[in-house]
Amino acid sequence: MITRSITEIKKALAKKEISAAELTKACLDHIEKTEPALGAFINVYPEQALARAKELDEKGYDESMPLWGIPVSVKDALATKTMKTTAGSKILENFTPPYTAFAVEQLEKAGAVILGKNNMDEFAMGSTCENSAFKAGSNPWNTDCVAGGSSGGSAISVASCQSFASLGTDTGGSIRQPASLCGCVGMKPTYGRVSRYGLLAYASSLDQIGPFTRTVEDNALMLSVISGHDERDSTSSPREKEDFTKLFQNPKMDLKGVVIGLPKEFFESKAMDAEVAKLCAQTIEEAKKLGAEIKEVSMPHLVYSIASYYIIASAEASSNLARYDGIRYGHRTNQPKDLDELYTMSRTEGFGEEVQRRILLGTYVLSAGYYDAYYKKAAQVRRLIREDYEKALKECTFLLAPVSPITAWKKGSVTDPLQMYQMDIFTLSLNLSGLPGLSIPVGMANNMPVGMQLIGSAFDEASLLCAGHSLTTHLGTNNQYKF
Amino acid sequence: MATDLIHLCKLAKLSPDEKTLEKISNQFTDIINYIDTLSEADTENVAPLYSPVFHESAVREDIAVRRQTPDQILKNAPDTDGTYFIVPRIVEGK
Repeated sequence: MITRSITEIKKALAKKEISAAELTKACLDHIEKTEPALGAFINVYPEQALARAKELDEKGYDESMPLWGIPVSVKDALATKTMKTTAGSKILENFTPPYTAFAVEQLEKAGAVILGKNNMDEFAMGSTCENSAFKAGSNPWNTDCVAGGSSGGSAISVASCQSFASLGTDTGGSIRQPASLCGCVGMKPTYGRVSRYGLLAYASSLDQIGPFTRTVEDNALMLSVISGHDERDSTSSPREKEDFTKLFQNPKMDLKGVVIGLPKEFFESKAMDAEVAKLCAQTIEEAKKLGAEIKEVSMPHLVYSIASYYIIASAEASSNLARYDGIRYGHRTNQPKDLDELYTMSRTEGFGEEVQRRILLGTYVLSAGYYDAYYKKAAQVRRLIREDYEKALKECTFLLAPVSPITAWKKGSVTDPLQMYQMDIFTLSLNLSGLPGLSIPVGMANNMPVGMQLIGSAFDEASLLCAGHSLTTHLGTNNQYKF
Repeated sequence: MATDLIHLCKLAKLSPDEKTLEKISNQFTDIINYIDTLSEADTENVAPLYSPVFHESAVREDIAVRRQTPDQILKNAPDTDGTYFIVPRIVEGK
């Protein structure tokens, strides 16, 4: 039962072949069995989840609730009023927020059952899920390997059928990359598509919440549920909520009339593993067979994306994380001699090394004398990168690119921060531009999953979902899991 | 860089131990050298893009809404007397 897609299991719930409580129990049992090896959750809430499922069962199946009785999980960066929210950090180890994030409220309204909070790199800073203050996440396809990050726990739980879907956040690839490394589907929506209210901010101008699922159709359903305007986030788009599930009533299975752009700077990257490159080439061939026109595009400023990203993200992080000062919530040091020591020691004890490194980098690039050379310069380059994307997308329906240059690597094998930042080479620029990206599984290389991303124009998630569905269906990677 | 880094730590209210500081200092040099490549980009007359929003900020009436009670806000405070956050003494004197 738990290996089915949401679309399939919904039918079973509607026909009462299984109750919401039975389905929730099945997921919880699977979590209990697999969690010691996987580390997908920071906290699981079996009692709350079962109580919620029983309440739904008592009221009876409700067609108007698109996620009625579906067990899902949520990255621990999203505030939940009845569950601890740690952001993977010691500084928030015992923090239960006084409110719930907009996207999670939408899941609850839609009838979902929330199982618990997914593991993540501390404050979403990391590309492996090893950087959690509590435990490292492991890739379900090979537990010696990383799951990707920062939303590693979300990817693990969906790919291993612990939950049917999860919400993650993507600041520089944190949804698309773990989805790719764990072989599931992950969407980073257009900036503004999903309200960030209740998302524990890392870099506010780059952060976006999005769904992890095992099929593209399920992803469309989840995105439809969590999107929409929210007055509590001024960057949330005032556009009307879209129902992406309509695309699947009579889905177009070919790619006729579709123009796919291939950014040559990505495909020429020296960082690409040969096996990953081969699989990407096969996927492009498949797209051609389905009728797509393939076009090479050039985006000359992509070369600056890592530098620009790490300046902007660190600058915003240094400002956003100033709120963790040991006064109002979070960890406070014992017996400080004065206020300054309270601030300094609470933060030093509470934050991990990578978080401290990025706060310091952010403080540096924002400090007097360096602001123009780094922060302003990075923001100017950011505009050039966005213009590159816009120009390329004028000629194409969407762009197709690799997500990670290599398949999931061995845990502990990459320790140098700069080398780790290079792993995000294909994902960072999208967050700088604010455009949407859908990571889909395209096959296996080195016995591990490989994903590719479809990159679209602002608010054109629909084109990505249609083509993603067509491609995964023909490649046989729709509803891929490692049980 | 070491002196700079100590100054940055003061600004950021962080105090990593000596070993960590030395490690971060070495990595910092590499990271700064890398991000310096940005200086090669021609950005003359390019306006900075600080936010990628595609719409004009939505406006709403400025009406105060009580979303949380003081109890809910104080629930996570490390030290409180039930009304205020308690912090170490800041002002010296009687």
